[in-house]
Amino acid sequence: MSNTIGLILLIVGISFDLVGTLGLVRLPDIYNRLQAATKCVTLGTCMILLGVVFYTGFNSSGVKALLCIWFILISSPTGAHAIARGAHRSGIRLWEQSKMDKYADDREGEAIKQE
Amino acid sequence: MKRFVHFLLLVGIWLLFTWSLQWQEVLVGVVVALLAELLLGNIFPVGAIKVLNPVRFFWLIVYGVVFTWYVIKANFDVAYRVINIYMPINPGIVKVRTKLKSDMARTFLANSITLTPGTLTVDLIEDKLYVHWINITSEDQKEETEIIVKRFENLLERVFE
Repeated sequence: MSNTIGLILLIVGISFDLVGTLGLVRLPDIYNRLQAATKCVTLGTCMILLGVVFYTGFNSSGVKALLCIWFILISSPTGAHAIARGAHRSGIRLWEQSKMDKYADDREGEAIKQE
Repeated sequence: MKRFVHFLLLVGIWLLFTWSLQWQEVLVGVVVALLAELLLGNIFPVGAIKVLNPVRFFWLIVYGVVFTWYVIKANFDVAYRVINIYMPINPGIVKVRTKLKSDMARTFLANSITLTPGTLTVDLIEDKLYVHWINITSEDQKEETEIIVKRFENLLERVFE
């Protein structure tokens, strides 16, 4: 029974990871790509690890998988946040059809004030 | 005293990870935990202990459930946008404000925003959050704050403030 649940979770997790990777290829700029990379890959990977917990039971690999879920939940959004901020600060523009960029507007204001 | 608690916590996590009580493993764990604590102990969040209060802990669990629901919703949302041939995206960076004060609460808010439907925190300056939004539906800052921040802000206020 728990083997079946584990396999189902594995399959669902892998499909989410697949969609996330597809998004990485299809979406237009780094910020949109990060959206796909953080959301789908976080949940997909967490589901794969949860599947491992169900499949192997509560032993050494199960506990490791649970801890890895916790680490991924903390580190994945933090990493995405750092990449987005770094990209913006080093001057990578948004996709041309983006509607607005309040961050760039505000930072230009800052630069003028400092001069 | 506080440092000793952190140290025990780190050794405990290490033991869970290795899942063995051989003396070599334990020794490496103790040494690494000691080093980590000496080097990084002063950046450990101060308000974390507050969460052990039962009322706060209850709201933390409620927050966990709400958060999981939004993460699942976010995945279907992004999956729909990626698979759709016409790619219905309408992206941009918007500015929202938060009323949360403590660093811990703000960190959790920023990370929650990143993992929820269509939004990604780019920067956090004082009480202003810059959020990349994959599908902008309004131009008004108040409405944006309502949509993006409010779903977590009230819960996080109960947990961490």
